[in-house]
Amino acid sequence: MPLWKSYHIPRTVDEALATLAQYGGAARIVAGGTDLMVDLQYTDHVQPLEALVDVTRVQEMLDIHQEADDSCRLGAAVTHATIVKSTLLEARATCLVESCGVVGGPQVRNVGTLGGNVAHALPAGDGTTSLMALDAQALVAWGGGLHEWLPLPALFRGPGVSALDHGKDLLVAFRFTLCAPGEATAFKRIMRPQGVALPILGCAVWVKLNAARTHYDDVRVCVSPVAPKPVRAVEVEAALRGQPVGQQTLENAVAAAHRTLHPRASAYRATAEYRQHMIETLLRQTLPLATERAKTGEARAEGVGLG
Amino acid sequence: MSELKLTVNGVEHHLDVPESRTLAFVLRYDLGLTGTKIGCSEAECGICTVHVNGTPVNSCIFPAFKANGAQVKTVEGLAARDNGHEHLHPLQEAFIEHGAVQCGFCTPGLLMTAAALLDENSSPSETDIKIALKDTYCRCTGYTSVLRAIQSAAAVRRGDPKLPVAEPHVSEPMRSISQSEKVQDIEDRVTGRAKYTDDYTFAGMLFARTLRARYPHARVLRIDTSRAKALPGVHAVLTAADVPGENIHGLVHLDWPVLCAVGDKVRYMGDAVAIIAADSEDLAAEALKLIEVDYAPLTVVDDPVFARSPEAPLVHEGREGGNLLKHIKVRHGDIERGFAESDVIVERTYRTPTTEHAFLEPECAIGVPAGYGDHDKLTIYVGSQIPYQDRNQIARAMALSEEQVRVKGVLIGGGFGGKEDIAGQIHVAMLATVTGRPVKMLYTRQESLLFHPKRHATLIRIKTGVKRDGTLMAVEAELYGDGGAYASLSDKVMTRATTHATGPYNVAHAKIDCYAMYTNNPPSGAFRGFGVTQSAFAVEQNMDLVAEALGIDPIAFRLKNAQKVGVTTATGQLLRESVGLIETIEKVSADMHAGHFRWGWREGDMAYGWGIACAYKNTGLGGGAPDRADAQVEAFADGSVEVRTSSADMGQGLLAVLAQCAAEELGVPYKHVRVLLSDTDKTPNGGPTTASRQTYMSGNAVRLAAINLRDTLSRVVAEEFDCPPERLIFEEGLVRNNGTSMPFADAVKLAHAQGLSTNILHEYWGPKTQPLGTGGDMHFAFSYATQAALVGVHLHTGEVRVEKIISATDIGRAINPLLVQGQIEGGIIMALGNCLTESFIVEQGVPWSTLLARYKMPSIKHTPHITSYLVEHRTADGPYGAKGVGEIPSINTSPAICNAIYNAVGVRIFSLPVDQDALLRALREGEHEVHTAWHDVH
Ligand code: FES
Ligand code: FES
Repeated sequence: MPLWKSYHIPRTVDEALATLAQYGGAARIVAGGTDLMVDLQYTDHVQPLEALVDVTRVQEMLDIHQEADDSCRLGAAVTHATIVKSTLLEARATCLVESCGVVGGPQVRNVGTLGGNVAHALPAGDGTTSLMALDAQALVAWGGGLHEWLPLPALFRGPGVSALDHGKDLLVAFRFTLCAPGEATAFKRIMRPQGVALPILGCAVWVKLNAARTHYDDVRVCVSPVAPKPVRAVEVEAALRGQPVGQQTLENAVAAAHRTLHPRASAYRATAEYRQHMIETLLRQTLPLATERAKTGEARAEGVGLG
Repeated sequence: MSELKLTVNGVEHHLDVPESRTLAFVLRYDLGLTGTKIGCSEAECGICTVHVNGTPVNSCIFPAFKANGAQVKTVEGLAARDNGHEHLHPLQEAFIEHGAVQCGFCTPGLLMTAAALLDENSSPSETDIKIALKDTYCRCTGYTSVLRAIQSAAAVRRGDPKLPVAEPHVSEPMRSISQSEKVQDIEDRVTGRAKYTDDYTFAGMLFARTLRARYPHARVLRIDTSRAKALPGVHAVLTAADVPGENIHGLVHLDWPVLCAVGDKVRYMGDAVAIIAADSEDLAAEALKLIEVDYAPLTVVDDPVFARSPEAPLVHEGREGGNLLKHIKVRHGDIERGFAESDVIVERTYRTPTTEHAFLEPECAIGVPAGYGDHDKLTIYVGSQIPYQDRNQIARAMALSEEQVRVKGVLIGGGFGGKEDIAGQIHVAMLATVTGRPVKMLYTRQESLLFHPKRHATLIRIKTGVKRDGTLMAVEAELYGDGGAYASLSDKVMTRATTHATGPYNVAHAKIDCYAMYTNNPPSGAFRGFGVTQSAFAVEQNMDLVAEALGIDPIAFRLKNAQKVGVTTATGQLLRESVGLIETIEKVSADMHAGHFRWGWREGDMAYGWGIACAYKNTGLGGGAPDRADAQVEAFADGSVEVRTSSADMGQGLLAVLAQCAAEELGVPYKHVRVLLSDTDKTPNGGPTTASRQTYMSGNAVRLAAINLRDTLSRVVAEEFDCPPERLIFEEGLVRNNGTSMPFADAVKLAHAQGLSTNILHEYWGPKTQPLGTGGDMHFAFSYATQAALVGVHLHTGEVRVEKIISATDIGRAINPLLVQGQIEGGIIMALGNCLTESFIVEQGVPWSTLLARYKMPSIKHTPHITSYLVEHRTADGPYGAKGVGEIPSINTSPAICNAIYNAVGVRIFSLPVDQDALLRALREGEHEVHTAWHDVH
């Protein structure tokens, strides 16, 4: 049984939406296909899809663009490999490069897209974790015609369940503010060498230091998975905000994490206890790293390709 | 349908194909570029890698139309061509030169991934290579040779000198023997020309699929195939009622139905219920869904200990012994006395999981009916480890005589023991016969995972007693082996686990009991290491526990008790020769101690530790089974020689070994010898390719056939030269006596002129062995090995990394040193997977590990630095002193790693694969033992 019948390569968002609409829900968007193709083959689909709509030639979804307000607009169909190679993102959204650099292997990163990953709604998607720390927004072209920017969590209904209707709606782009001097990010994750290559835990942080680089003016932390949807670790952020950079503050953040974050166990991945401990391990790695980057203004992505 | 335009390797194609195709499919089946292989269709294994506009991608999940208008490059386009001449890419040359090609099935993927890397980076570091190849798997080589080959090719491209080949040191090399000759036609494996079963097509060929069980244990009440049969394009839907002969097969016990019948049962999820042949794979898959089967589910026997309890339902009814497939016993000395005289006794329980071969080529068989083209009889094309037993089992099920069936072996994309049992061979025989057309049955990776026999999960309780002076006194062990639904080779595998459960030591008193049990899990069978991998995990950790309790160095303790000539094994075999264990320990120990040595230390967040473990493994079937291999050696008037036998080369390089034996004895250049393997109509029976036996068995058969042939030629030439035949020397393609000589070809012509045959068949019988329990020689040779592992444990995550392996292996003689090294490096990495990454998870009879994505084998990123030494204690009856090498490297890696973990952090691992989660918990809570594994994480 074929998995789909026809294959369309639209050049614009409108064309993509119109093609989807034409199939009345029986078509799907495809970009890298690294999730979808596996999904189509190995979950029991009674009927083949009528069509695949390939968005990898929709220009507006392929750009990495620095806007006038110092935000970055990142097309949803940009591949992980392209993100990793971007010097702009490495310098000013380092965590995103670090997270996209550990997704899959090179062949997967060459075709797999950040948008595809987010659209699949995995709560611990590496790119998602970093987008959360970057406080990113997503541009959705709803099948009904409305185009709107939404905060990232609005795209998630639950584990693996997206707010998008994959037969109708299209994730077009992301937008986030690039790090300015005194700001920096970092991402790390914990894997295990067995079983499905999903992170046991990922952690991304964004810090903004004061002018003297002695205190945290602001912080964003995302640890995943700790909930059915990606969430920010607001209590950890609160424990850091306004506090001096240093060991005691880090200890307070760790304590806040233990107090307020309670990840669950998942079969063949991790016990709840292990995950809980990994929050601490990762915070102790990422927070000082991001802080150091913010102080020095030097940010080189770590661990790319070593996932 | 619209037109697909692709430029592939510089050639523009305009194709009229369905839009639903993947790029891999179009390349392989529409364009016939079968160099691109499919190993998983999940974007996991990477062997399907091709370049699309210069970028490496997994073609198995790449929609073909996504590449519309693109430039595509495949392995067939890697070599440069001018005026019809092919110039291999430096990578292709380096892969051959450095021994980075074994079965070759992964090679196109590795080459294409590496080629993209070199295009971007002219001097890649080892880390750069590991990053680029992280998701391109090879199950054979262990990657060390791959890393070297890529660096060498990079050097050549930069105009620098290439890297020297890391050939191991051997003693007394001969003219052909102990030379690293290349396997014949190895170039085909780097150019994409090599053909594996799925690369063959026949006009009018149909495609087959198998309907598998819906429950792990259920009675089949009704099968209705009428809707499937009615689907246009479906040519046959067959069930048990259509099996022409006996509906049964099996290698040792006949207990496995060809198709499960109404009224009978399905016994595991991989059981076959119906088979279909249709015009296309898609159609066959669609028809599968139209078959209706009613089942009455039964209680699932999911565990070997439960299987032995009275409450357990029977997996096979009416069988004497119930679920007990076999109780295997070793009795040696007086166990009570042994423990009474021991000062220290250590008793522990160990667990090893079910593991999967994951050879990169999924099973495939093609049946061609008698009378089709030039096929005068029913012919099965298959990559099989045991062609003659395939023939026997096909004939029985087809109600044909063996002579009415031909099994033609083709290249095998890895086996490791997993291609010994029948897969689709009988099914395609049935479908081809019924339809009168060739029929191909290609398993998907997911079907392969579900279906084929795996490594036995075992539970091993072992008690070791020693005297204060370090003398090993007694070993008592009880093993439970999960045999799964069908016997396969369980009997033999678990026997090996049992007989080797003392380890390679001198133990005066032993009592070992093993219960091989039927369950409703996937069957267990042969897998490199053959049961010994399991028992060694327990034995070698108990050795360290005992050494620690005595306060003796683990190396000294092993040296004190190591088997040597004069020792009698627990099965009553007096070792008379070729016991190189002590030398392997000394070699490894010397390397470990070079420089500042410590068993364990800490550095920052890491703890490091060394661990050591020894192993031994029999060569050959043994246990009283008559072991025989036949081979033919034929010399032709042009001076060339052909060797023929049905023994399998699944990547280990038997092709070279056999040709080297013939070349050595006949004194002809290696290149003049061709080898034909595995065609039951053309090659005599070399016996199963299992038990590390082929170098010894078929090697001897070829050697002795060649000697007979040389004797024939000697007689003829001696007459011509008027000298005694024994004065003649065969070398450099000549037959020489003093100053006179004659080309080898002329000697052959001379023999032909006298009406003598230069085609010699030799039936070689291995030295006689004794059944277990009767004493005497249970095996005719043993190989020995010692390995040390250096391991790093992250103190805050529990993650374990193997940094280094030092290995020394006594293989009697390395007939082909580079191939031997390939076996050792590959075996070590496979065993590293056994220790750290692999477990085939089954939940109440239902596999969870249904995708390759759920079964991780080691990738290049796990490859530690490996140093390997060869030790060559010749065995008198082995060819040139050689004994087996296929399995011995896969036995002691896991316990060496776990001993190292203990020495690093003081926590001992009793269950595999190592779970970082439980290890960290033990570290945090100050515990010293971990009894759970990854698959226990919930
Ligand atoms: S990744 Fe394509 S076949 Fe395995
Ligand atoms: S040579 Fe790599 S899988 Fe066989």
